[in-house]
Amino acid sequence: MSAAPAAEERSVVLEVGDLAVSYGKVEALHGLSLRVHRGEIVTVIGPNGAGKTTLLAALIGLLPLRGDLVYLGERQSVGRSVEQLVRQGMTLVPEKRELFAEMSVTDNLLLGAFDRYRAGHRDELETIDHVFDIFPRLMERRQQLAGTLSGGERQMLAMGRALMAKPRLLLLDEPSLGLAPLVIKEIFRTITGLRSTGVAILLVEQNARAALQVADYAYVLETGSISLEGPSATLASDTRVIESYLGLGGRH
Amino acid sequence: MDLQIALLLGQDGVTNGAIYALLALALVLVFAVTRVIFIPQGEFVAFGALTLASLQAGKLPGTVWLLLAMGTAIGLIECTTAVRARRFHRLPLIILINCGAPLLLAASLLAVSPASLPLLVQVLLTLMLVVPLGPMLYRLAYQPVAEASVLALLIVSVAVHVTLTGIGLLFFGAEGSRTPAFTDANFAVGDVVLQGQTLLVIVASALLIVALYLFFERTLYGKALRATAMNRTGARLMGISGDLAGLLSFTLAGAIGAFSGVLISPITTVYYDSGFLIGLKGFVGAIIGGLASYPAAAAGAVLVGLLEAYSSYWASAFKEVIVFTLIIPVLLWRSLKTRHVEEA
Ligand SMILES: Nc1ncnc2c1ncn2[C@@H]1O[C@H](COP(=O)(O)OP(=O)(O)OP(=O)(O)O)[C@@H](O)[C@H]1O
Ligand SMILES: [Mg+2]
Repeated sequence: MSAAPAAEERSVVLEVGDLAVSYGKVEALHGLSLRVHRGEIVTVIGPNGAGKTTLLAALIGLLPLRGDLVYLGERQSVGRSVEQLVRQGMTLVPEKRELFAEMSVTDNLLLGAFDRYRAGHRDELETIDHVFDIFPRLMERRQQLAGTLSGGERQMLAMGRALMAKPRLLLLDEPSLGLAPLVIKEIFRTITGLRSTGVAILLVEQNARAALQVADYAYVLETGSISLEGPSATLASDTRVIESYLGLGGRH
Repeated sequence: MDLQIALLLGQDGVTNGAIYALLALALVLVFAVTRVIFIPQGEFVAFGALTLASLQAGKLPGTVWLLLAMGTAIGLIECTTAVRARRFHRLPLIILINCGAPLLLAASLLAVSPASLPLLVQVLLTLMLVVPLGPMLYRLAYQPVAEASVLALLIVSVAVHVTLTGIGLLFFGAEGSRTPAFTDANFAVGDVVLQGQTLLVIVASALLIVALYLFFERTLYGKALRATAMNRTGARLMGISGDLAGLLSFTLAGAIGAFSGVLISPITTVYYDSGFLIGLKGFVGAIIGGLASYPAAAAGAVLVGLLEAYSSYWASAFKEVIVFTLIIPVLLWRSLKTRHVEEA
């Protein structure tokens, strides 16, 4: 934020205050505040139906929200659209992945760079090489149709496609969903690797153990509002978190 | 019927079939991307043919006024939106594109006598007058209700169709027009005479289909349209808005329609309301393809053309009946096939 005091060394990418989201008359989120800095991984953990997916969908403009939302130092108006936020570098890897099933891996990746292409950038081929470096498996499968990929490959493609947009804020919805432990490890190693590129990451997870390991800061979301927050290491040793989310081998 | 007649009818059928195939492709494209069943597709054919005929007759085509009116309406809407959002710097560009460009076109048509221009220039002018009506129609009639149900969008289509037919009568009158043949060349292949006109239509249609194929397979904008048809949410998350995809697909539909109108203008006498039947035949082809598959839609449309040509020989009074009856077995077959999929 331009008006912020110089003492704030790390720049805030996203700041949300008193956020509320409703489905019709049912309020799914209320009084929620959180903050993500540049180059930081922030995680939101919580049980099924807590509102994690709702939070990400509202942040990227797929759902209407109430409250204060400041992104890259600019207050967001109510009428903000997905397309405007994408243009400003916000990218979501949705829970359902939303890949283009009947298109090749390469085409899916290229479409990830669509908005940059439209804005006049012509670096999609370099970016795709970079994504192939991160996910060599996608390189091997580049001609294959996205709909025929395995679950793990699909997740890699969804993340690779998001990286094609060169995001400043990456919203990840359950990247470990339905994956084998070894693949989860690989995916989380990739997420950690992204931190050095300066992108801010908001990671939503049910796999609390893995999420708390990679994140710098964590929020616990329960039935629509934040019940706990703090540096990941602190939360990982909090008895309430251990009991509810870390017991029995990591799955709540 | 001897072989000679059979081949002649076949030529006719394939020529018309090629046009129906183009329209079927446009209908599938528009439906896949926007969920709009684009009944007014045929009006673009009629407007294309009649605009070319007006230009050749040395008249100022009525489509100029339509372009001006729609441009002004869009200009007003966009200006209001821009002023409300306090984005005054956008006003000049909005006015230039929506009102300036049509005015310039109208002025240049008044300045020169279009009848004396070479055919190619006349065709280009026709396309410039008719193609922009596609995206303009989307902006005015469909974009405000883009999230409505397929049925509601269909009702909008019916309304647009009726309006455009009325406007066509106003602009072009009740008499039909037929432009002179593009070429009088004939080719004898053995016993059969191939008309140059026929070849031209088939080659031009084939070229346009190849161009469309390349657009969808090779360009990022083409891929973006396919992506929207496959997964709307996924496409939005890539920054491909429904409005952009809608404008793009309606531009293509406008171009395909106007181009078909130009191709058909020397073959048939086109009246202000001829578009509907022509478009409907493309629609039957598209239905055969299940409104989803491009090759199946094109093949279906050629089948419609052939069926029409041969039935006009055997039972010319029932020509249209036979063509449109085709849709019943196709729908039956389709619905049976769908049930099988669900059972599996
Ligand atoms: N479209 C919708 N209409 C009505 N209610 C909805 C809708 N989508 C989600 N909900 C409700 O909102 C609440 C939060 O759902 P959400 O998908 O955000 O949970 P989540 O934390 O992502 O859960 P999970 O871990 O299972 O993915 C749930 O009670 C859900 O039933
Ligand atoms: Mg969820």
